[in-house]
Amino acid sequence: MSVIVAKNLTKRFGQFVAVDNISFEIEKGEIFGFLGANGAGKTTAMRMLCGLSLPSAGKGTVAGFDIEKQSEEVKAHIGYMSQKFAMYEDLKVWENLRLYAGIYGVPHKEIMPKIDQLLENLGFTSKKNTMVSALPLGWKQKLSFSAAIFHQPEIVFLDEPTGGVDPSTRRRFWELIYQAAEQGITVFVTTHYMDEAEYCNRVSIMVDGKIEVKSFYQAESMDQVFQKLARKAKRNSD
Amino acid sequence: MIFTQKEFYHIIRDRWTMMMLVALPVLMIILFGFGITTEIKNSQFAILDLSRDVATQGIVNRLEASDYFTLEGYVTNTSQIESVFREGKIGLLVIFGQDFYEQLVRTGEAQIQLIADGTDPNTASTLVSYATSIIRGYQQELTASDQQGVPYQILPEVKLLYNPTMEGAYNTVPGVIGMILILICAMMTSVSITKEKEMGTMEVILVSPMPPLLIILSKVIPYFTISIINLTTVLLLSVFALNVPIVGSLWLLVFISLVYIIVSLALGLLISSVVEKQLVALLISAMGLILPIVMLSGLMFPVENMPIALQVVAQFIPAKWYIVAVKNVMIKGLGFSSILKEFMVLSGMGLIILTISLKKFKIRLE
Repeated sequence: MSVIVAKNLTKRFGQFVAVDNISFEIEKGEIFGFLGANGAGKTTAMRMLCGLSLPSAGKGTVAGFDIEKQSEEVKAHIGYMSQKFAMYEDLKVWENLRLYAGIYGVPHKEIMPKIDQLLENLGFTSKKNTMVSALPLGWKQKLSFSAAIFHQPEIVFLDEPTGGVDPSTRRRFWELIYQAAEQGITVFVTTHYMDEAEYCNRVSIMVDGKIEVKSFYQAESMDQVFQKLARKAKRNSD
Repeated sequence: MIFTQKEFYHIIRDRWTMMMLVALPVLMIILFGFGITTEIKNSQFAILDLSRDVATQGIVNRLEASDYFTLEGYVTNTSQIESVFREGKIGLLVIFGQDFYEQLVRTGEAQIQLIADGTDPNTASTLVSYATSIIRGYQQELTASDQQGVPYQILPEVKLLYNPTMEGAYNTVPGVIGMILILICAMMTSVSITKEKEMGTMEVILVSPMPPLLIILSKVIPYFTISIINLTTVLLLSVFALNVPIVGSLWLLVFISLVYIIVSLALGLLISSVVEKQLVALLISAMGLILPIVMLSGLMFPVENMPIALQVVAQFIPAKWYIVAVKNVMIKGLGFSSILKEFMVLSGMGLIILTISLKKFKIRLE
């Protein structure tokens, strides 16, 4: 069963075609890697799927809902972690989690026990009352991710979730992604780190708004494929 | 609502925001209000007396006897008036026409002219009102002592040099209230929403199933609450510290203030829905709202004295209407019918701005 379907999705900003006629299907429980250099159109594509941006042409469904006409239903079934770190720096760890849980309509009574449980799993109980601004980036990202899947969405969209941290921190972050996938959450993740493609079940590579490679993961050639494609790119990175 | 609670946390935890919200209104009302409460004591005045009779002497004595005035000297002819004021020694000049007493006795009426230095309108108005009441007192005394019971009328003719209409003086408290409310509502709301846009948190909230109207409401409620607290503080301060009483109905005052607060919040929303950056929002609020309020709302300069073009612009400033309404209710003690026009204009503005900003509030990112 496909939980995400994109058919000829296109997004134009004036003359500029950010996303050019892309199509793909993603199965339930998959970890789908959406690779591409900066400025290739990954974020724009993802925003269309999340209902944050209307497609100029093409169609898409997420969790069975039309991204154009039923964006409110789509929103209720997904989690989203943006490229920018999007937690409130002046709120404590648990306050941030409670806020996002509340926004996503997690029943009031369940929120606090769930937060405690989550922090314990992360080995983070001692930081419950810490202001988020005092946390290192790696931890902030883990926290963002936890907030994005707090309400047990069907699909979680991650936009460059591991930007700016070292490889070992990145690996630990991916452990969390795997845990989420084991719970049946479909993961749609964009990245420009090639090594992270290894962690995905399936990847596609975007170059200049188009999907150039759509395949099951093949470890040996991945890096070379990407290099070759990236050299072909005409757009400057942002 | 958790989202609203979070907004309160933002406000309380940011020291500068907190300072601005709590200390600024107090500071402003005290700074501006100081102008009103300045008691005038021993102000220098001069006399131009063309009659030199019993009545004029009586009035001069009375003026001199009061705490407020000290006689600087006599001016002998009208050509000296200008130069006396130029020297800046006196704040008030009292002129009696010829045959003052004779006219008073014969016709029951006499004229007296008060000329005040309007460069400082607050002082000038205070001086004039003090002098007028002293003259009235003398007049009553005269009427009472007269056996025939003919009421004598001394008509003080007041002339203000340099600032003839004398608006502004009683505007201070209403004006400051108008300014504080727009500052807190419009500026803080727009800055707090653009901050979320900048931080990227708005993106995450927009992806959530939370309805946009609820997002806006929960952003606005904390500032609404704070505005009401501020309104209370400012009113308490003006009544108890500045002795500016609320003559009219308190509830009417609160009611029109609520209307004004809603207009200001809508303005803040409008700004934040058009602008992406905090700094731009701040600048637009400061330059686009606060400056015109200070300059054009009648807070500092009377609207009637402005060039026609600016007078037209002034009509579009909500604060101008609010200040008039507050003056009518708070200072003059008039009822609802007197501020009906202001109420209609403010509600109309609020409705229009709110509609535009709700329409413009982007549920999607582009």
